[in-house]
Amino acid sequence: MIKEMRIVLRNADKIDPQNISDYIAAGGYKALEKARNMKPEDIISEVKKSNLRGRGGAGFNAGLKWSFVPQSETKYVVCNLDEGEPGTYKDRTIVEKDPHTLLEGMAICGHAIGSNKGFIYCRGEYPYIVEHLNHAIAQAKEEGVLGEFDIEVRMGGGAYVCGEETALIESIEGHRGEPRFKPPFPGVEGLWQKPTVVNNVETLANLPEIITRGAEWYSSIGSSTYPGTKVLTLSGDIVNKICIEVPTDTTIREVIYEFGGGIRGGKKLKAVQIGGTSGAFIPASMIDIPIDFDSMRNAGFTLGTGAVFVMDETRDIVDVVTRIAKFFEHESCGKCNPCREGTFRCYEIMKKINQGRASSDDLEKLQLLGRVMSKACLCGLGQAAPGPILTTLQHFRHEYERKLFLS
Amino acid sequence: MANIKDIIARFSEKPGGLIEAYHALQKKYNYIPAEAIKEAAKIFGVSEAQAYGVATFYSYLSVKPRGKYIIRICESAPCHIAGADEVIKAFESELGIKTGETTPDGKFTFELTECVGQCQGSVVVTINGRPYLDVTPEKVPAILAEYS
Amino acid sequence: MVTLTINGREIQVPPGTTILEACKMNGIEIPTLCHDEDLRLAGSCRMCIVEAKGRPLLVASCVTPAEQGMEIETESPAVVEARKVILELLLARHKLECHTCEKNGDCRLQDYCYKYGVKDSRFAEGGSPKYPITDPNPFIERDYEKCIMCTRCVRACEEITVARAINVQGRGHNAKIATVFDGNLADSPCVFCGQCVMVCPVGALSSKVSAGIGRPSDIDKRVLTTCTYCGTGCTLELNVKNNRVVGVSSNRDEEWSPVNKGALCVKGRFGWDFVNSPERLTAPLIKDNGEFREASWDEALDYIAEKLANIKTAYGPDAFAFFSSARATNEENYLAQKFTRAVMGTNNIDHCARL
Repeated sequence: MIKEMRIVLRNADKIDPQNISDYIAAGGYKALEKARNMKPEDIISEVKKSNLRGRGGAGFNAGLKWSFVPQSETKYVVCNLDEGEPGTYKDRTIVEKDPHTLLEGMAICGHAIGSNKGFIYCRGEYPYIVEHLNHAIAQAKEEGVLGEFDIEVRMGGGAYVCGEETALIESIEGHRGEPRFKPPFPGVEGLWQKPTVVNNVETLANLPEIITRGAEWYSSIGSSTYPGTKVLTLSGDIVNKICIEVPTDTTIREVIYEFGGGIRGGKKLKAVQIGGTSGAFIPASMIDIPIDFDSMRNAGFTLGTGAVFVMDETRDIVDVVTRIAKFFEHESCGKCNPCREGTFRCYEIMKKINQGRASSDDLEKLQLLGRVMSKACLCGLGQAAPGPILTTLQHFRHEYERKLFLS
Repeated sequence: MANIKDIIARFSEKPGGLIEAYHALQKKYNYIPAEAIKEAAKIFGVSEAQAYGVATFYSYLSVKPRGKYIIRICESAPCHIAGADEVIKAFESELGIKTGETTPDGKFTFELTECVGQCQGSVVVTINGRPYLDVTPEKVPAILAEYS
Repeated sequence: MVTLTINGREIQVPPGTTILEACKMNGIEIPTLCHDEDLRLAGSCRMCIVEAKGRPLLVASCVTPAEQGMEIETESPAVVEARKVILELLLARHKLECHTCEKNGDCRLQDYCYKYGVKDSRFAEGGSPKYPITDPNPFIERDYEKCIMCTRCVRACEEITVARAINVQGRGHNAKIATVFDGNLADSPCVFCGQCVMVCPVGALSSKVSAGIGRPSDIDKRVLTTCTYCGTGCTLELNVKNNRVVGVSSNRDEEWSPVNKGALCVKGRFGWDFVNSPERLTAPLIKDNGEFREASWDEALDYIAEKLANIKTAYGPDAFAFFSSARATNEENYLAQKFTRAVMGTNNIDHCARL
């Protein structure tokens, strides 16, 4: 029986998250103390060596990202708690169960890049998490554990696109959450034009243990190119709809059948969508690949946020993808042409197919639109939006064809 | 009006505090009144058109009056396959309104939303931000009864 | 210098040059909709995308700096396919009434559809949002069913005029350019300068004053001149058709339009219809017994000279005052004060620009 490995969630359900002394008694804030006695560049090189890669979906080496930050009087650490990918609830779980591991991670990052101001951008869907975090920050300030490092929580307003780092920055600045073009990257010119490191909750929450136990320890866990653990959230037609943390060499099959307890009602698996609603639909025949970033990418899929959305054999793929197309139509910010118009037309065509009014021409149109969007859109939202359509056209084409008017 | 001014003024020193001010206004009024948009523009030094542009960008912000309790039902993919459509119908018939509408007594507004990050318990409904998990059509009357 | 290859040609540009600028310097044409040299960059229309070897995504040339060793293709199959699809997507939401459109023949969307052979859109069958034309102001026609959301108007209003009357409202496909509360321009800080009309690449914003009498594409000539309304001295172009002024356009070339670089105010841009007005005076008028009658210039000038001389003799020079106009030239204004001081003998001279 394989077991979870908990780094990020090491304190989950063991301590009272509302009580900082529980966290401190479990060894909390020792890593920050250790980091403060290290040179900033040594922290960065340690994190680089650990090969901790961004857990928000992009998979970029965190230490490398920090190393691009230029000299500047003011710099910011921004934590992305805007997890808007349907099927994802890992960052909420991490913060709910152990808020201080995030605060400690942010302070470590702050020391490494030379910043004394952090922001947590929490999605508007989690107002109770904002309160929970403010409580934790107040306790940390009272204890004096954060030193000079100040953390402020800002709440989003219900916009999926704000999970994109530059849109998130715009939103903190009080603007419409429209992504900026890159370069300049936030590391050079971010919040209020100052160098800004934007990291996901899970990425930052890994830092205390990496500092405590060292890069070598971390990089030996799981897959060699994407080491460590990944927090996954299971949803859909699965027995255990739970949040788990597993080494990155765990396979999709193990996730679904060992941890998830298999498909509900004894049914068979039809497809699993990994990484959130922009993720690929993976057919049951391809679930023996490990969930690490590179293995997934090499197979034409994405790890994304680590959401695992399971669909049983009775599910209508076209219907689900139609619903997903509606999601993107609703969440497109409207700034760039191919996304604003493309997500709208994708949904329109998907509806037509789902209602049995489409012909094979419509499938060609979808394919063309998806291909162009994935290459020409301004930000990751528009580039990823056609993913579910394109991968289901590839792996579940018969389900589309069955619904065509002329077939 | 004095109230609106006071609420916005609390955030005037916060860089980029416009959205925070909007959240605070919504907490009190359940929407952002027109005069609040004009006042916020003045305080945060942005144009009125921009303040309006921000207020209309975010789906949790509203520039139209809404009910005292805002019921949101998630209809993203995990909730969709768990039967969100049936729960929507149950709410609509129980409340006597369609999605996007407010009950005539101004008590409830019923809105669709995208994922609220509680997918371990789909179908998910939130009322003024408080989540209800594993909602089925049968549970709808009891949920609403909590607010009677 | 940065060396890169564009369409197989090696070129050198200074560091910081964008790919779009590099192309322009070398005579390579790139289609753009949201880009405007006088406005901050948006990078949003995605028409200027090009292929950079080794990069999985197409890059927007207007916002991407040229880098050492880059290999750029500006009309590769992937680029052309994407541009065609973007044009089709825009056409799908664009009210196609080119035959009556004020911008027919002077429309970027039309130009690029022509260039890429986009006859119609395969994505239009589901329709598009409907925005009735409701703004009753006398100057600017706002037809948002033709809008392509390039936001040049928003940026021009913010950055050139600094009126900040409009912004984007809403999100996604329902996003629209609007004043606060989506109201009329007259109820907003709009000053009707028409800079938005100047930068609009399509027919979404046009001049109501020129409507129906001559579109930019069918005028006979553009006469470069100086605005006569005030002393600022803005350059403008009178659009002439059949020897009549049918509109005013901007010359945005700094060399020709050094004072205003094309920017105008409501008077300069929209207040030109007096030129051909049948109510314009063509001869001096003298009032006899309460009725105006036409007179010759000699008679009129003698009449004025006699009256002024009488005033000066009877009441002294300070009984006279001259109030001059900003619509007169500098030379005319000089003569006005000279006349007042030297001929009439008083310092009572003033000018409307002091108001």
